[in-house]
Amino acid sequence: MAVCVAVIAKENYPLYIRSVPTENELKFHYMVHTSLDVVDEKISAMGKALVDQRELYLGLLYPTEDYKVYGYVTNSRVKFVMVVDSSNTALRDNEIRSMFRKLHNSYTDVMCNPFYNPGDRIQSRTFDSMVTSMMIQVC
Amino acid sequence: MESIKCELPLPRFMMSKTDGEIRFGNPAELHGTKVQIPYLITEKNTFKRMDDEDKQQETQSPTMSPLASPPSSPPHYQRVPLSHGYSKLRSSTEQMHPAPYEARQPLVQPEGASSGGPGAKPPRHQASLIRSFSVEREPQDNNSNYLDEPWRITEEQREYYVNQFRSLQPDPSSFISGSVAKNFFTKSKLSIPELSYIWELSDADCDGALTLPEFCAAFHLIVARKNGYPLPEGLPPTLQPEYLQAAFPKPKWECALFDSYSESTPANQQPRDLSRMEKLSIKDMADFPVPTQDVTGDDKQALKSTVDEALPKDMSEDPATPKDSNNLKARPRSRSYSSTSIEEAMKRGEDPPTPPPRPQKTHSRASSLDLNKVFQPSVPATKSGLLPPPPALPPRPCPSQSEQASEAELHSQLNRAPSQAAESSPTKKDIPYSQPPSKPIRRKFRPENQATENQEPSPTVGGPAVATVKPHPTVQKQSSRQKKAIQTAIRKNKEANAVLARLNSELQQQLKEVHQERIALENQLEQLRPVTVL
Repeated sequence: MAVCVAVIAKENYPLYIRSVPTENELKFHYMVHTSLDVVDEKISAMGKALVDQRELYLGLLYPTEDYKVYGYVTNSRVKFVMVVDSSNTALRDNEIRSMFRKLHNSYTDVMCNPFYNPGDRIQSRTFDSMVTSMMIQVC
Repeated sequence: MESIKCELPLPRFMMSKTDGEIRFGNPAELHGTKVQIPYLITEKNTFKRMDDEDKQQETQSPTMSPLASPPSSPPHYQRVPLSHGYSKLRSSTEQMHPAPYEARQPLVQPEGASSGGPGAKPPRHQASLIRSFSVEREPQDNNSNYLDEPWRITEEQREYYVNQFRSLQPDPSSFISGSVAKNFFTKSKLSIPELSYIWELSDADCDGALTLPEFCAAFHLIVARKNGYPLPEGLPPTLQPEYLQAAFPKPKWECALFDSYSESTPANQQPRDLSRMEKLSIKDMADFPVPTQDVTGDDKQALKSTVDEALPKDMSEDPATPKDSNNLKARPRSRSYSSTSIEEAMKRGEDPPTPPPRPQKTHSRASSLDLNKVFQPSVPATKSGLLPPPPALPPRPCPSQSEQASEAELHSQLNRAPSQAAESSPTKKDIPYSQPPSKPIRRKFRPENQATENQEPSPTVGGPAVATVKPHPTVQKQSSRQKKAIQTAIRKNKEANAVLARLNSELQQQLKEVHQERIALENQLEQLRPVTVL
């Protein structure tokens, strides 16, 4: 279960960012922001490889004491960043991948909406509910 | 839209309903009114305002007069994200000032008086909607509507939605693209986030396009929203595409029918008009071998469309992807294309009900032939398909089998029997046939009467035939009719044959081209491959 989920546009501004409310959200925003560098590093590390040869799932971007940050980039350079609690050891890589897949699917559905202008903040309720299902339920 | 509004309102909208009624009374005014334009310009739809207005209205007395404010003042209607274009209409109906803004006010007053609040918005919504959609509807008290729920689409509403759909997309079985729908729904003056949410709800398969049921659901949600209903969290069950498709299959067909007749949709390649399907399905069934003929590219689509039409309705669900797909996006729901459709048509001997001239359930074949068929009830037999009857005809024309022949004739030529006269009528006919000429006379009168009632052209043909045959044994009548039926069927089958043959040749040409392209691409690949190996 994620602690913070963010969707970053190609130009590296957030389209959607949502964290568990009890925490200091600014901290998460900062983590997401710094993770963008890592994402760019991983993307450019491909070198000559074509875009479609690059896997969308980037894996663990960097771990901190309390949290781990995972990344995922789409072919249109839209980045999904997810922060999970380090103490949540039960979370396996496959689960993270499936969560990103769900994010990607929901994002595609948002794109299909003709009233959505690419580059706008994502305000879709469906997307919201999907992200909520992925976030930790804070009692 | 107006009628829709009227139908939608819940109890609190009752007042609006009356307003709507008044409004509907003058739908014509909406169309031509130029006042609407300024409304559009000056309109400001914001939820916030709505909230404020709500508060204002709620706090005020029912007879409040927000109207007192000058026309340019922001609308004080509750939840009125709509423009005031309506005002003109309302004004006329309510004998208010013709000025658009002022009209609003008078409208609000009566509304306020009646319900003191919530009702205000429906009129406005309706006005704006009317303006944008220009629909005239009779106000109807749909008690059933708000007894059930506001999310149930009535027949009238559905008809209206379908008409609007057709204005955007002639083929009712095809999609409305996202941009077209966006432009259209933007006219409703709802805010973009709301429209976005409505789209989310109604586009069930998230493909960025709206089919007819999806469109109806979206339209209904918009109407409801304009009437002040809060948008639901999820798509209500009565607005689900499956439900809508099941609930209103016939209008869909009818629409399809009209569309098919009126417009060819070469660009779409997806005319799944049932009427054509029914007609051609028979032909397809009868003779499917398609001789190869050359067809021009232009004809191809036309042929495809006809072939597609010939296919049973179920084929429309095929995911076949056309090579020369139109602007429609490739989707699982994309309509089948000629290649697959042909196969499908071959597989399916189904003969869906024919809805050609809408009031009559006529069958394409031999529809003009028999008088009897006008009133011949053996509708079930005929409805099941023209196929069964035709084969039965040839062996019949025998005096000894007059009775059977008459039955067959009735059955086969009963394509049109719109009225489901009793099936016992064929039996009745049989009896007269077998009896002396006096009976045929009686029958002759009957067909003539019914023919005139039904206003079918066939009676005229059958009439003289009947008259001439009258003194003769019924067998001759039957045989002549049968011959005509057979000839008509033959002619139609030949036409279908030709169409399919041309289509086939066209497709084969395409196939060849594609093969060549493939070969060329493979060659390129081979050439490039060594380069990439470093």
